[in-house]
Amino acid sequence: MSATSPDLIGPSRVTPSRWLGRGVAGLIVISFVLFFVVPIVWLLLAPTKDGRQLLLDNPFSVGGWNQLAENWASLVGYQDGLIWTWLANSAFYSLAALVITLLISIPAGYAMALTEFRGRRLLLVATLVVMLIPSTALVLPIFLELSAVKLIGSPLSVILPYSFFPFGVYLTYIYFSTTVPRDLLDAARIDGAGELRVFGQVAMPLATPVIALVGFFSFVGNWNNYFLPYVMVPGRKAPVQVGLAELLSNVPQFNPTNAASTTISLPTLALATIVSVAPVLLIFLFSQRFLVTGMTAGGTKE
Amino acid sequence: MSTNAQLAAGPARGRQPAGAASARRGRPNSSQARIGVAFSSGYTLFLIVFGVLPTLYAIYLAFTKANAFAGLDNFVKVFSDYRFLPAVGHVALYVAVWVASLIVLVVVLAVIVHGIRVRWLSTSARFIFYIPGALAGASSVMLWLFVLDPSVSPVSFLLTALGNDSFVDTVQVDQLPFVLAIIAFWTGAGGWIVIMYGALNNISHDVMEAARIDGAGPIKTAWYIQIPLLRKWISYMAILSLAAGTQLFVEPRVLSVASKGVVPPDYSLNQLAFLYAFKQNDFNGSAAISLVLLVVALGLSVIFVFRGGLFERD
Repeated sequence: MSATSPDLIGPSRVTPSRWLGRGVAGLIVISFVLFFVVPIVWLLLAPTKDGRQLLLDNPFSVGGWNQLAENWASLVGYQDGLIWTWLANSAFYSLAALVITLLISIPAGYAMALTEFRGRRLLLVATLVVMLIPSTALVLPIFLELSAVKLIGSPLSVILPYSFFPFGVYLTYIYFSTTVPRDLLDAARIDGAGELRVFGQVAMPLATPVIALVGFFSFVGNWNNYFLPYVMVPGRKAPVQVGLAELLSNVPQFNPTNAASTTISLPTLALATIVSVAPVLLIFLFSQRFLVTGMTAGGTKE
Repeated sequence: MSTNAQLAAGPARGRQPAGAASARRGRPNSSQARIGVAFSSGYTLFLIVFGVLPTLYAIYLAFTKANAFAGLDNFVKVFSDYRFLPAVGHVALYVAVWVASLIVLVVVLAVIVHGIRVRWLSTSARFIFYIPGALAGASSVMLWLFVLDPSVSPVSFLLTALGNDSFVDTVQVDQLPFVLAIIAFWTGAGGWIVIMYGALNNISHDVMEAARIDGAGPIKTAWYIQIPLLRKWISYMAILSLAAGTQLFVEPRVLSVASKGVVPPDYSLNQLAFLYAFKQNDFNGSAAISLVLLVVALGLSVIFVFRGGLFERD
C-alpha cells in the first residue's frame, strides 16, 4: 500500500492501521474514563437508597428523595450531630492553617526570590529537600516532639504542623523569581520607596495567582489529611476524615461484633463520605478550568 | 502566567533567580538584607520546629532507652520483631506495583489525551481523570470499601470473575498490593496526567511538525520525541511516588478496620511504628522505625535535588 503511490505517503494520509491506532487509543481513554468516573457516580447514587436496595438493586439505580432525607437524618442524628462537630473542626484546622501558611510562605518566597541575605541559599536547599519528603514521614517524629511538650490534643498540634508548607514557599519563590522583574522593584526603590512599600505596593498586587495556588494546595491537602490529626487530636476534636473512619467501626456489615446502640447503615456511610469531601469537591468544580491546564497539578504530593 | 505557573509546580527550570544576579552586582544592600531575614524568619522558625527538631528528637529517641544511650539496641529490637520483615515486604511490593503502573499508564494516557484534537473532549477527559483527587485520605478508601465489596460493588461482575465472592476475599493479603495500588492510582494518577499534559504542551511545535514531516506516526513520535522530553517529569513523579508509597498508612489502616483484621493492623511500616508508640508505649522503637522511613525519604529527596540535575538553579 505504500510503494505504488508515493505521492500519498504524506503526513495527512489516513491508513487503516492509523484508524486502528485511533480506535485502540479511544478505547484506552474510554476505559480509564469509566475507571475514574464509575466509583464516583455510584457514590453519588448510593445515599438515595436504603440498605436493602443497595444490596439487591442494580448498582446504578436511583432511589428516592425520601430515602436520601432519611439517610441524612440518620447521619446528622449520629451522636447528636457529631458530624457537624467534625466538619467544624476540619474547617477550623484547615482555615487557620491556611491563614498562617500564607502569612509565612508568601513573604518567605519573596525574600528568597528577590532579596539577598545570609543563609538564603541554605534555606532554599533545605526547602527543596524537605518539600520532596512526604509529610507523613514527619508525623510520628512531630507527634513524639509535641508529646514531649504536652501539646497533644490541642488544636495547635494540628494547625501548626499544617502551616509548615515548604512546597508553598517553593511555589512562591519560583513565581516571584520568574514573573516579577527585579528592575521593576529597583525602579520603585529609586523613586524612594522603602523595602516594605516595594513588597506591599509592587510585589503583592502581582502575587494574586500564586496566593490562590498556595491557598488551594494548603487547604485541599490539610482538609484531606488523616494521619496527623488521627494521632494528634482524637475523639470529639477529630476532623471529619478521622471521624469518617470512626463511623466505619459502627457499620454492622463491616463489624458484626460491634453491636453498639447506634449503628450506621451503608448508604449513610456513603453519604458521610460525600459530606466529608464536599468542600474540596466544590473547590475542584469551581476551579475546573484552572486545574486541567497543569498549573496546579504539581501538588500531588502526599 | 499560565506557562510560568504550569511548570512552577515542578522541576526542570533553568532560570536564574534574581539572587545570583544581585550577588554579581556586588552591592550588598543592608536594607534588603534586613527585609530578607525578617520576611523569611517566620518560615525558618517553622522549618526548625516542624522539620529539623522532630528529626533530631527522633534521632535522640531512636538511640536512647530510658534517656540513656542505647546504641543500636532499638534498631536491633525492631528489625528482629517478627512483624518487621513482612511489613517491609508488603510495602516494597506495593510500591513496585504502584510506581510501575503509574509510570506506564500516566505516560500513555497523557500522550493520548494530548493527541485529542477536539478541545472539549480533551479538557473533559483531563477533568474526569483529575476529579478523584478530591477524595484523598480516608474518603477514597471509604469509597473503595464499597467498590471492593462484591455485594454492593458497581463492578461486582469483575470481582466475582476474578474469584472474589466477598469483601474479605478481595482484600486477602496476597492481592492487597494490587488493591492498594489501584486505590492510589485512582486517587493520584489524574494529577500526574495533567502535569504530563502540561509538559507535553511545552514541547515546541516545530519539533513535532518536523517529526510529522519525516513520516513519524503517533507511536514513533511518542517514543522518540515526547517521552524522552518528559524524562525529567517522569523521574520527578517516580521519586515522589516512591517516597510517598513507603509511608503507606491510611489505606491499610481503614481496610484493616473494615475487614476485622484480615488486613493486619501491622501491614505497613508506618502502622508498625504507630503500634509501637500507641499500643506498646515504646516511643524509642517507634522513633527507630520512623527514622528508617525518614532516612529513605530524605535519601531519595537529596539524590533528586543534587544529582538529578533537576533543580538547575542558583
